[in-house]
Amino acid sequence: MKIAVCVKQIPDPATPYSLDPETHLVQRPEDQVLDDTDRYGIEVALQLAEASEGSVVLVSMGPAGTLQGIRQALAMGADEAVVVSDPALRGSDALVTARVLAAAIRRLDADVVIAGTESTDGYSGVVPQQVAELLDLPALTFARKVEATGDGIRIERQTTTGYDVVEAPLPVLISVTAGAVEPRYPTFKGIMQAKSKTVEQPTVADLGMTPDEVGLDGSGQRVIEVRPAPARSAGTKVVDDGEAHLAIVEALEKAKVI
Amino acid sequence: MKTLVFAEGTPTGPSASSLELLAKARELGDPSVFFAGEGSDAIWAALGAHGATTVHHLETADSLPAASAAASMAALIEAEAPELVLFGPNPTDRDTAGRLSARLGVPVISNAVDIDASKTPITVTNEILGGTKLVDTEFTAGSPHLVVVRPKSFIATEVGGEAPTVTAAPATEDGPAMSARVIERHEEASAGPKLTEADVIVSGGRGMGAPENFEIIERLAGRLGAAVGATRAVVDAGWVPYSMQVGQTGKTVKPNVYIACGISGAMQHLVGMKDSSVIIAVNKDEEAPIFGVADLGVVGDVHNVLPKLLEALGE
Ligand SMILES: Cc1cc2nc3c(=O)[nH]c(=O)nc-3n(C[C@H](O)[C@H](O)[C@H](O)COP(=O)(O)OP(=O)(O)OC[C@H]3O[C@@H](n4cnc5c(N)ncnc54)[C@H](O)[C@@H]3O)c2cc1C
Ligand SMILES: Nc1ncnc2c1ncn2[C@@H]1O[C@H](COP(=O)(O)O)[C@@H](O)[C@H]1O
Repeated sequence: MKIAVCVKQIPDPATPYSLDPETHLVQRPEDQVLDDTDRYGIEVALQLAEASEGSVVLVSMGPAGTLQGIRQALAMGADEAVVVSDPALRGSDALVTARVLAAAIRRLDADVVIAGTESTDGYSGVVPQQVAELLDLPALTFARKVEATGDGIRIERQTTTGYDVVEAPLPVLISVTAGAVEPRYPTFKGIMQAKSKTVEQPTVADLGMTPDEVGLDGSGQRVIEVRPAPARSAGTKVVDDGEAHLAIVEALEKAKVI
Repeated sequence: MKTLVFAEGTPTGPSASSLELLAKARELGDPSVFFAGEGSDAIWAALGAHGATTVHHLETADSLPAASAAASMAALIEAEAPELVLFGPNPTDRDTAGRLSARLGVPVISNAVDIDASKTPITVTNEILGGTKLVDTEFTAGSPHLVVVRPKSFIATEVGGEAPTVTAAPATEDGPAMSARVIERHEEASAGPKLTEADVIVSGGRGMGAPENFEIIERLAGRLGAAVGATRAVVDAGWVPYSMQVGQTGKTVKPNVYIACGISGAMQHLVGMKDSSVIIAVNKDEEAPIFGVADLGVVGDVHNVLPKLLEALGE
């Protein structure tokens, strides 16, 4: 089984990120990290590949930088990566991102395409479905459990009130939640091997697209303003000295809950 | 302005989001609804009562609806030319919105908390950084404008409308994208009031330490007539079902009182509960971000504070 996993390098969420004052776009440092959310999709891919003597290719769009995040993903065990990195892509919205990812995936002839349900920094939550539509694939979305059935995939799909068991034949796209699997940690050997794995870096033109189809120009939406939201006024803080529960009782009384 | 609202059925009626979106759509003109899945007279009546005048109904049987819904909506949009198409936050809403966007080649703006249709072009507002900043985005492409709206952004209101006209939505051709099938459906029922409707919510996070410690959250909720909520950390760990998750990828709640126990207050949790009237937090780390939104913050150990609280409340 050949599996393509859509992964993203993002600015380290532990450091506050900054917006370009003019374009309101996130400023991306050279050394971005792997979106933690993607580790679940990678783990699902590795398990499917291990059970079928298959292979795992990472597909990513965004500035390559030092490739730190991609190497993290390769260190988990993915075989190779395709990183579409082109200055023209800056400012691409979800649909443009999906078109670029779909163009990169089309060249791979994958049986399974895996994505996260939403990215940590963009969280539009629609890129996987857009990719599925562009590639005319069925999409098993919001998977909290994934298994191969022989000629297809069966998942447990998270719903608002429980879950559904859903099945589709290959080729198929799966979007996985962070509860789907326990991602493995890279081994020392994995980290060493990752350094020499192939990372192809096609440009937009290499994918048969033109610069005006991507980036801000190709996107049908534009951020016009970022402004502060009305702030909540600060409350009171009490340090528990054994009696702090009484402060809660008082607050509940004041709110007329008891 | 012609607006189309996406809806599906739930065991208790139309999706809550569809009724909220109808409130907004009504403000802009005669809203129609695209309904995917099994309908009923009760569902049509509820949609009508909330202002829908027409319902385009697509039967989806056991197929996962998004692919055929997007194809059918695309045909409908070509015929009716709505300017605005609104989706809720539910999985099938999002799946359909993404597919429709790709099919029509038009953008979709997600996580909207407000829509200003009086502006040209239409402008959509999002919250970022845990709701501390608002972002205004305008559509630069032509209509239809697709928007995925966060829960509780608009208030569902009955206006006592008649039962709507229900017509069959455009039929679709079968293709590979439509081959996903639903084999089984499972409801994970939880006791007590519904999380999204509860007046009081007691929520637990990883700081509760272990799944069995959630029992005290449940007892506290029982005593207060509250619903139980949770963070994604404990849902992913399998302690409680996803239906209890509060936050960006879970439910958005606005209760009178929200009690956060052992919850750090990550941005993605805050966006789901920060609009609660009163927030009470118990966390042993005085630097925890949850204290930034709490009206009452107790710096303490949940294993000490909660049993005493339960006792004081006389369970
Ligand atoms: C795309 C995306 C979507 C997300 N969506 C959601 C979402 O919808 N909802 C959501 O909740 N999260 C969501 N998250 C995850 C979120 O970022 C946090 O990881 C999560 O909310 C943390 O949960 P927590 O507060 O239970 O755990 P932690 O962050 O681990 O916090 C535990 C807290 O408990 C405290 N504590 C520990 N022991 C005790 C004790 N004995 N007594 C008192 N306090 C104690 C600690 O001080 C700490 O503050 C999302 C993340 C991403 C990337
Ligand atoms: N730039 C990107 N490169 C690779 N994958 C992406 C990119 N953007 C989104 N994705 C995939 O789509 C999922 C959902 O992202 P989003 O729609 O941004 O919330 C992510 O978890 C990734 O799997």
